[in-house]
Amino acid sequence: MVSQNQISKLKRVSEVLISIFSRPSGMIGFSIVILHIIIAIISPLIVPYDYKEFNSLIMLRPPSEEFIFGTDQLGRDVFTRTLMGGRVALLVTFFGTLIAVAWGGFVGIFCGLVGGRIDDIVMRVIDAFLAIPWILAMLLIVVILGTSTQVLIPALGFFYGKGIVRVARAATHDVIARDFIMAAKARGHSNFSIIWNELLPNVRDAIMVEGAMRWSWMLLAFSSLSFLGFGVSPPTPDWGLMISEGRGLMSFAYWSVIAPIVALSSLIIGINLSADAFAKALGIDRTQKAPV
Amino acid sequence: MFLLILKRLGLGFITIFLVSVIIFTGVEVLPGDACTAYLEREAKGELLEICREQLGLNTPAIERYLSWSYNALYGDLGYSLSGEKPINEIISVRVRNSLILAVTAILIGIPLAIILGIVTALWRDKFPDIFISTFAIFSMTIPEFISATILILVVAIWLNWLPGIVIVSSNSTVLELLPNIILPVIAISMVMTAHMLRMVRSNIIQVMSSDYVQMAKLKGVPYWKMVFIHVLPNGLLPAINIIALTIAWLLGGVVVTEVVFNYPGLGRLVIESISDRDLPVVQALALILALIYVGVNLIADLLTLVVNPRLRTLQIRK
Repeated sequence: MVSQNQISKLKRVSEVLISIFSRPSGMIGFSIVILHIIIAIISPLIVPYDYKEFNSLIMLRPPSEEFIFGTDQLGRDVFTRTLMGGRVALLVTFFGTLIAVAWGGFVGIFCGLVGGRIDDIVMRVIDAFLAIPWILAMLLIVVILGTSTQVLIPALGFFYGKGIVRVARAATHDVIARDFIMAAKARGHSNFSIIWNELLPNVRDAIMVEGAMRWSWMLLAFSSLSFLGFGVSPPTPDWGLMISEGRGLMSFAYWSVIAPIVALSSLIIGINLSADAFAKALGIDRTQKAPV
Repeated sequence: MFLLILKRLGLGFITIFLVSVIIFTGVEVLPGDACTAYLEREAKGELLEICREQLGLNTPAIERYLSWSYNALYGDLGYSLSGEKPINEIISVRVRNSLILAVTAILIGIPLAIILGIVTALWRDKFPDIFISTFAIFSMTIPEFISATILILVVAIWLNWLPGIVIVSSNSTVLELLPNIILPVIAISMVMTAHMLRMVRSNIIQVMSSDYVQMAKLKGVPYWKMVFIHVLPNGLLPAINIIALTIAWLLGGVVVTEVVFNYPGLGRLVIESISDRDLPVVQALALILALIYVGVNLIADLLTLVVNPRLRTLQIRK
C-alpha cells in the first residue's frame, strides 16, 4: 500500500526534478555530473590502453589516430589516463560529502536546538577550525596519517562538515520558534525525537544544497592536494597529478595537461551548476552565504 | 558600542587561542619530533638525547605549549630546524612578498568587483549580466592551479608576453619582485573578483526590490539619482564583510597559486616547511594565517559598526 504521505513526497521529488531540468544550467550541470559518474564507473572496461604501462619509445607523442589525446612524458596514453583520472577523486569526495553532511547536519541542528553553553562552546571550536586555512589543515592531516582513501575520506568529511554546522544551525534557528516545535517539547519528546521528526524535515533542503556545494569544494581541495604532490600517489591516474606532471613540459607538449584540465574543470563546473539549480528549485538563496 | 567592540575582540582572542591549541596538538601527534626530523637517520641513542635536551623536548607537552605560546605572545616564534635561523626572520620576508601580491590583487579586485557587480545587477538577465556572470562562475569554480596553469600556457608560452615562472630569491627587493607578480596577481584577483561581484550583485538586486526603492520609483526620482543616492549606499554595505571573508578564504588559494608560479611568499613556505617537516615553522605559519583570518574579519566587523549605526544597538550577528 502506498500511503497519502508517500504520494505527496513523491510528488514533491518529481516537482523538484522537473524544476531542475527545466533550467538550462541545471540540465547542463546534471548531464555533465552524470556523464562523469558513468565514465568513472565503466572506464576500466572501455579504455584502449593500460593506464600504468609506460613505453619510452612513444614519449610525448602529439594527438594522433593511435593516441587520441597524445602520450605523456612516460609514453602513457593520455586519453586512457584522463578517462580514469576522476575515479579516486569522485569516490573520495562523494563519500566525504556524505560524512560531512551527516555530522555537520546533526551537530548543527543539535546546537541550534539546545542552545546555551554547549552551543557556545561548539561554535567557538568551529570558528577556530574556520580560521585555519583548509590547505594547511589538509596538509597536516595527510602528512600525519598518509594519503590513502581511508584517511582522505574521513579527513575531508570532517574538515568540510564545519561549514555545514553553521548552515544547519542557522536553518534550525529559523524554525525553532514555531509552534510545532513547542508542541513537541510540551508533549515531552526527547531531543533526538524532535531532531529526527520535526527539525530534520524542515532543514533538510538547506543542508542538502550546502552539501552539494561542499562537494565541489572538496573536489577542489582533493585535486589541489594531488597537484601539490600530497594526494594520490603515482602511477594512479588522477587529474591533479596529471596536470602537475605535465606542467613542466607543457611548452612543447600541451596536450598532456589540456585533457585533465578540461575533465576536472567540467566536473567542478557541472557540480556547481547542479547545486545552483538544485538550490533554486528548492527555493533557497545561496548567494548571500559567505564562502567559508 | 564600547562593550560590543570589547566582546568582539574577546571572541577573536578565544579563536586565536583555540587555533594555537589545535595546531600544537596537530603537530604533537605527528610521528617523530623535531629531533628525529632534524637528525634523520642518525636519530638514535645519545645524539637524539642530546638534541632533545637542547630543544627542551623532554619536558611535558603542556609545559612546552605554555612556553611556546608565551614566547609567541611577545613575538618570538622560536628557531627553524633547517636553517637554524629565527623564524621571525624567515617569515617576515615571506610576509612582505605575499603582502605585495595580496595588496595588489585586492586593489585591483575590489573596485573591479564593485563596478561589475553594479553593472550585472542593473542589467540583470540582459547581455552584460549573462556574459559577466558566466565568466564569474567559471573563474570562481575552477581550481586555482588550473586557472594559473592556463594563464601560464596562454600568456607565457603561446603568446610569449610575460615570464611564466618567477625566478627570484625570497630576499630580493620590491623592485625586483614587481615585474614578476603580474601573472600571479591576475590569477588571484580573477577568483577574488568573481566571488565578490556575485555577492555585490545579489545585494543590489535585493535593495532594488525593497519597498523604499519602489517608493522612490513611484515618486518619480530619476533612475540614476535613485541608483546612486538610494540603492548603492545600502547595497554596498554588506560588501565589507563579504570582502573580508573572501580575503580570508583566499588564503588557501594563494598557497596553491604561489606554488604554481614559484613565487617566494608565505604560501610556498607552507609547502616547503611541511615537506621538510620543519615543525616550528609549520606552527608559526598556522598561527600567522589564523591571525590574518581573525584580524581581517575583526576589522570588517568594526568597519560595518562604524558605517552602519543601526547595528550598534543590536546583538552581534553570530
